Amino acid sequence: MVTMSELHKYGRTKLIMPGTAACPGCPLQIGLRQLIMALEGKLTLVIPAGCSSVIPGAAPYTSFTVPVMHVPFASSPSVASGLVRALRARGVDGHVVVWAGDGATADIGFAALSGAAYRNEDIIYILADNEAYMNTGIQASGTTPKKAWTTTSPRGKAEDKKDVALIMLMHKVPYVATASIAYPIDFIDKVRRAASIRGFKFIHLHAPCPPGWKFPDDYTVKVARLAVETGMWILWEYYQGKLTISPPSAPYRDKQRRKPIEEYIRIQGRFAQLSKDDVREIEAMVDQEWGVLMRLANIFNIS
Amino acid sequence: MIKVSSIYVKYLLSRPAMGAGGKTGTWRVRKPIVNLDKCIKCGLCWLYCPENAIDWLEDKTVTIDYDYCKGCGICVDVCPVKAISMIDERVV
Ligand SMILES: Cc1ncc(C[n+]2csc(CCOP(=O)(O)OP(=O)(O)O)c2C)c(N)n1
Ligand code: SF4
Ligand code: SF4
Ligand code: SF4
Repeated sequence: MVTMSELHKYGRTKLIMPGTAACPGCPLQIGLRQLIMALEGKLTLVIPAGCSSVIPGAAPYTSFTVPVMHVPFASSPSVASGLVRALRARGVDGHVVVWAGDGATADIGFAALSGAAYRNEDIIYILADNEAYMNTGIQASGTTPKKAWTTTSPRGKAEDKKDVALIMLMHKVPYVATASIAYPIDFIDKVRRAASIRGFKFIHLHAPCPPGWKFPDDYTVKVARLAVETGMWILWEYYQGKLTISPPSAPYRDKQRRKPIEEYIRIQGRFAQLSKDDVREIEAMVDQEWGVLMRLANIFNIS
Repeated sequence: MIKVSSIYVKYLLSRPAMGAGGKTGTWRVRKPIVNLDKCIKCGLCWLYCPENAIDWLEDKTVTIDYDYCKGCGICVDVCPVKAISMIDERVV
């Protein structure tokens, strides 16, 4: 497990160059800094259209400190596949990491993603999930939660959130995990375990976005933490054939220990219109999600 | 003969620099101030600052680069001992 004393060596390193184009409180920059620390800067990023294309600022400068290929929306898994094959053919060992939004992953680039996973390409794919198409102004995506306000779901989204990590698990790839920007130690450990494996690795990173979810800039980490503490976002890992609930989420297997989900819902303007019944419905969905994951954990542990 | 690849490297490749998105300290309407008497040197504000505007120094104290700090307030929120406070910077 990585520790704060180990990370202290990056205390004066600019993992991201300050002065980016991101909104104050941006979760993507918190996650990117953790990712770069995890791989000690030895990675090439492939980034499809989204906030992360804009965050680095204007040419001929960039806020990113590692090589980045900015690529068309649906193409990142394909570009990364080609890139890693070219690197391996030249005997280069570095990591190729796709850093993509939820729109790019769950909707628009999904066919290419499924193909790369099915071919077991040697890449790490990180879905940085801010739960909507943020860069174009908060349109609902396949991972926007049910009942959340977006500009395309003004009365609350009717459809449920796609469980992208479970979909990727069913591609029979060697590594799948969920993570959160509020739990850096857990995320860094997961990136490092993923990096130790050859083949396709998928990490679904929860990334609360202040303007998109309508909460104050100060609360990006707090909201991400509440998602885990209320049981609404479950941290788990599939590694070496076993599926386990990760340490930060482990206490919440017991429903009694979860915080009331209102604490997560009421802090966000995108859920302002929810009635008590809506909240109960969401709570039932959360219980069901836990039921599915705990059963899967049992199934994968027997094998 | 000019090689296409050298044109690419010279003109089309962006290079890392501070302030590629602007002098973002000017966006700020409130300013975080660290009280080093209270600070327990845990590094959490450094770890979570989205902007990488905080340095966690050799002696494990922290310092904020106000040229780029956007004033989001995350450092204030994550500090376990409330060693960082916000002051209003708006000019009316
Ligand atoms: C093929 C194509 N369609 C639409 C766009 C416009 N577009 C650019 S970014 C973006 C939203 C990206 O959303 P997401 O993948 O969730 O990433 P986020 O911005 O939220 O990080 C859209 C629709 C595009 N660049 N290319
Ligand atoms: S919209 Fe959200 S994810 Fe995009 S730059 Fe702003 S804070 Fe970051
Ligand atoms: S206010 Fe935000 S940008 Fe400024 S130092 Fe604190 S966390 Fe970093
Ligand atoms: S979070 Fe607070 S206690 Fe920890 S290093 Fe920062 S200012 Fe000091």
